[in-house]
Amino acid sequence: MSSIGAGYDLSASQFSPDGRVFQVEYAQKAVENSSTAIGLKGKDGVVIAVEKLVLSKLYDPGANKRIFHIDNHIGMGISGLISDGRQLSETAKTEASEYRSKYGGDIPLHLLNEKVSMYVHAYTLYSMVRPFGASLLLASHDQKDGPSLYVVDPSGVSHGYFGCAIGKAKQNAKTEIEKLKLSTLSMEQLAKEAARIIYVVHDELKDKHFELELAWVGEKTNGKFELVPQSFLEECENYAKTSLQDSDSDNDL
Amino acid sequence: MWNKEYDVKAYHGGVEAPDWLTAKHSCGTTIMALEFDGGVVIGADSRSSTGAYVANRVADKLTRVTDNIYCCRSGSAADTQAISDFVSYNLDLQSMELGEEPLVYSGAKLFQELVYSYRDSLTAGIICAGWDRKKGGQVYCVPLGGMLMRQKIAMGGSGSTYLYGYIDKNFKENMNKQEAMEFVTRAICHAMARDGSSGGVVRLGVITGDNPIERHVIYGKDLPYLTSDVK
Repeated sequence: MSSIGAGYDLSASQFSPDGRVFQVEYAQKAVENSSTAIGLKGKDGVVIAVEKLVLSKLYDPGANKRIFHIDNHIGMGISGLISDGRQLSETAKTEASEYRSKYGGDIPLHLLNEKVSMYVHAYTLYSMVRPFGASLLLASHDQKDGPSLYVVDPSGVSHGYFGCAIGKAKQNAKTEIEKLKLSTLSMEQLAKEAARIIYVVHDELKDKHFELELAWVGEKTNGKFELVPQSFLEECENYAKTSLQDSDSDNDL
Repeated sequence: MWNKEYDVKAYHGGVEAPDWLTAKHSCGTTIMALEFDGGVVIGADSRSSTGAYVANRVADKLTRVTDNIYCCRSGSAADTQAISDFVSYNLDLQSMELGEEPLVYSGAKLFQELVYSYRDSLTAGIICAGWDRKKGGQVYCVPLGGMLMRQKIAMGGSGSTYLYGYIDKNFKENMNKQEAMEFVTRAICHAMARDGSSGGVVRLGVITGDNPIERHVIYGKDLPYLTSDVK
């Protein structure tokens, strides 16, 4: 066997001699081949934006959504295999609802993040399962504690972020995010910038059509996770398109 | 002096009281909790009885659930002790997971869940009160059937029947700490005098988020005398 895995990549329960778990790395590859998703945390809210690639013109508009409602105050954006993401969203929903029925309140995002990460991580330990081929953005807002944003990757590792990107254009997207002064931005500004970044990093040559999915949670939405309203979504898209044209014409000069 | 309050005849100006007043209640308590500016005051009498026999005259019915969440217990001592142990255990677990103090509502919800699920076998009327950083001082009452409701003031136990008039007349929102403590002391003292199965000392707790909470005991000799003092 002379391929890269050299026999150590068949099972998630076996390390390679240099201490890697190939199955997990392949799962991360699955995310890197998938459409880009970004999360931005500002002063009073979080915005999640997903570049949903439309692979066939025959799909209904709005089919195969990549942003999920987990609870009133929590939303999730996914990149990677959509079916894996759906299963994880289901897990997250169950955890949030169990917490609510037991303790009668909103689950704090750091706790949900911990539970979901543990679940994802468990799928990197056994030979009879494969790891999840999806990364997750988790967003929420609390009246007292403010906005929070977490990213969970297929290995089960998770971190809190001010801004983060997952998926095929994550490098470019992160560079764009780093240019922003996130902690000063309002939710509206975040949404526009998120839309712009998705449009900037979209690869027109490789992927023709895409839908922008945009959702937010924060003070403006009263702590509820909601899709950005259609009218404002169009505003954001227009902002994204015009700033793209501007920068293109800059390049021409 | 305090004994005077048990002398029913004295209350009625030397007239013989009717039998239903003199007869002993089987199991009784007076408990109370009140939201004020900055926290909650909880209060209880200290009589714990087995039938007519006073098993403990200095019982503590204000029970710690977490550092900042307490419950006032009424009904069966065994049932309520078991329930508060259970809730305390679960909130301890939750606070380990959360990495911070649990919410008062979480405690109240656990009480409610238990009292409701076993409503046919439990005799437990509980007031859950405390302080958390999200909503400050809160009082929740969980009466016999397992209802759960937040209230600005809650009473429970057999002694509470004697208090409705007093509370309707004298309760006001946003009292300061001193007013709240006096209000609760007076109310419980009043109920202890009227209710045959409430008595002993008045126990108070003031929960404002400070650790540990403030506890007070008011002995018989220091209690405001019922009829002359309460206007």
